[in-house]
Amino acid sequence: MQIKTLEDLQAAKSLGLSQLYPDKPKILVGMATCGLAAGAQRVFDTLHKLAHQEHWNGVVEKTGCIGFCFKEPLVDIIQPGQPRLTYEQVNEEVATALFEEVAAGQIPEKHFMARLDVDDMVLNGGPRKLYKGKLKGFVAKAPRYEDLDFYKLQRHLAMRNCGFVDPDNILHYVARGGYFALYKALTEMTPEEVIDAVTKAGLRGRGGGGFPTGVKWASCRKAQGWPKYVLCNADEGDPGAYMDRSLIEGDPHSILEGMLIGAYAIGSSEGYIYVRAEYPLAVKTLQRAILAARNAGLLGENIFGTGFSFDIKINLGGGAFVCGEETALIASIEGFIGEPSPRPPYPAQAGLFGLPTVINNVETWANVPLIIAKGADWYREIGTEGSKGTKIFSLVGQVKNVGLVEVPMGTTLRQIIFDLGGGIPGGKEFKAVQTGGPSGGCIPQHFLDLPVDYDSLQEVGSIMGSGGMIVMDNSTCMVDVAKFFLDFLIDESCGKCIPCRLGLKRMREILEEISTGRGSLADLEELQSLSEAVKDGSLCALGGSAPNPVLTALRYFRNEYEAHILERRCPAAVCKELITYTINPELCNGCTACVRECPQGAITGEKKEPHRLNAALCIKCGACFEVCKFGAVEVS
Amino acid sequence: MSVTFKSLEAILEHYPPSPEHLISALQEVQARYNYIPSEALTAVCDHLGVPLSRGWAVATFYKAFSLEPKGEHEISVCLGTACHVRGGRNVYDKFRRELALPGEEGTTRDLKFTLRQVRCLGCCSMAPVAQVDDEVHGHLNQRKAGMLIKQYRAR
Repeated sequence: MQIKTLEDLQAAKSLGLSQLYPDKPKILVGMATCGLAAGAQRVFDTLHKLAHQEHWNGVVEKTGCIGFCFKEPLVDIIQPGQPRLTYEQVNEEVATALFEEVAAGQIPEKHFMARLDVDDMVLNGGPRKLYKGKLKGFVAKAPRYEDLDFYKLQRHLAMRNCGFVDPDNILHYVARGGYFALYKALTEMTPEEVIDAVTKAGLRGRGGGGFPTGVKWASCRKAQGWPKYVLCNADEGDPGAYMDRSLIEGDPHSILEGMLIGAYAIGSSEGYIYVRAEYPLAVKTLQRAILAARNAGLLGENIFGTGFSFDIKINLGGGAFVCGEETALIASIEGFIGEPSPRPPYPAQAGLFGLPTVINNVETWANVPLIIAKGADWYREIGTEGSKGTKIFSLVGQVKNVGLVEVPMGTTLRQIIFDLGGGIPGGKEFKAVQTGGPSGGCIPQHFLDLPVDYDSLQEVGSIMGSGGMIVMDNSTCMVDVAKFFLDFLIDESCGKCIPCRLGLKRMREILEEISTGRGSLADLEELQSLSEAVKDGSLCALGGSAPNPVLTALRYFRNEYEAHILERRCPAAVCKELITYTINPELCNGCTACVRECPQGAITGEKKEPHRLNAALCIKCGACFEVCKFGAVEVS
Repeated sequence: MSVTFKSLEAILEHYPPSPEHLISALQEVQARYNYIPSEALTAVCDHLGVPLSRGWAVATFYKAFSLEPKGEHEISVCLGTACHVRGGRNVYDKFRRELALPGEEGTTRDLKFTLRQVRCLGCCSMAPVAQVDDEVHGHLNQRKAGMLIKQYRAR
């Protein structure tokens, strides 16, 4: 269907709405990568087959990720005049049961998670109540989304469509107010007004840098040179961060619409999305979305008959973390190795092929249509003084509820980790939360009440980064974590600047000494001074922020380093040279599970008798520890 | 798979002879042969008018490219932060022992498996994870890793 006028757009919207909320039952399966990894494809196939076999008068559809990754696979049941009902941890068997009950006109109770009474529809005239009259029976008593700890403090703005639309269906996107912001920008606003709105809204780069987006656009608009380019950085390389993948897989058109508006603002007709090849589903989803937008006339020549033309190409990343740095990313699109280059000139003046270029990350682009549609003043209301809007975090690691959370800027770490995340599992203690990936740092307990925004995180030595939040408990060793990040950075350093290439290696050697109990207190001073040198002597942000994980670890967890050095002890029992595994004969009941797993044959003993571990043979792989159900394998 | 003139020709056809297509062309070669044969690298560089030295630099810089043939199944073990704090390293070592690889990464002698580390597959909620070919396996431990190898060996 071609969308050339406002009437076309409205017609597409009504058609889309009738598909989103049809007058017959609909079953939705969350099929982003996290869902698929948990078995969503089999669930979908089961439902699809049943619907076909039974000639069911209903719809089975896929959708993206709503963020409840710990409950995957998720299935939603939408019936006319009823709240949307979400079911958790659905496998093929559960799916079959769900289908049979729905087909019989009943409301399933097993595996129920929550009900959604109101669909926010933030870009489509506001909330839409999903049911009429009074709720009865099971549904009336069922918990609502707002009652769930994981959902309470959240506000899904960038993720507004994730888990609601079929990402491959452009009409669904339009039904929820999509492409209306583009129409408004093209027909009612000048490019300068668009830039002003984004500037006034206070939108800052969500990729980590936090640079004001409007300022970047304004400078690119003013820059001489033609053509100009619009880039989307979807090279989400921070380990522990996957919000961009989820946005692309759940709502690709929000990114396309953002880029279209950006292109209009700076005067560009050509865009690129640089996306990680490690995200095959995201790549496919983007390809399909671009094709759909082209077919609808929303990408290509003369969009909405305004004379504005813009198209987007996809570029696959080659698997290099440094390409998330904007100048390296540009080099990569040009077909070179991903080495950063000095700034200035900034990409806004001389970027891709030496021409003015705006580059923003996925989540930033997804925010743009919101600002245009709802206005800068509306957007400014959300967040803190210096950081406006919401931010998506991937809350992972040693925390009960793992998943994606989108909260207003300024929400505290404690609220995110303990209220939403449900705290630390297994009765263990919180130790630190790592934000900002390899460029960030580990934040200790006494900063838990810190409001999360760009500036506060920087003050304590970390950064916002792209939004990874990895929770660590007392079984995580801070020397080991620092080693881990250095390994990562050594691997990913492009090698251009010597302090980064060699300094990080030397820091890694020192940490190796410490973790094997051969370190000295003087090593800590050397780590500190090397860190400063790497920071000052590197060209790009990778090197410039590389020492952050080590520096914050030294600052907040110095006693743990000292324990390794002075007592030759790893308090978290992680560093292999400093730990021993033993079997507690009082707890061991001789089930022989560990004997079967031990690759060394180091464990011996009769069945149903306490076993023994021969320390001389042990390689400390921890296989016995993992497999023992009785806590008899002890590590000290 | 042998590198025939024909199959390479078919790949190169898609690309106008201009250097900016180097990475995309190499990606297609990699996808077609599962590695970048040296004949192919030369042919791509010739076609695009890129010096071989630059082709070599690019092919060795990016992790997506391999200059050696890869195994039938590729196991990518995630060593991102979330996987690391949940025991990903031990899982990786288990794979390495099970496949009897001498080095950190590499391909088994029978060309059945290639083991490599990746930094975050973006499935942190299921840490530790590994991807075998196109399938992601979550909540791994050493025992499950051993079972995975058995499963794929039998295929």
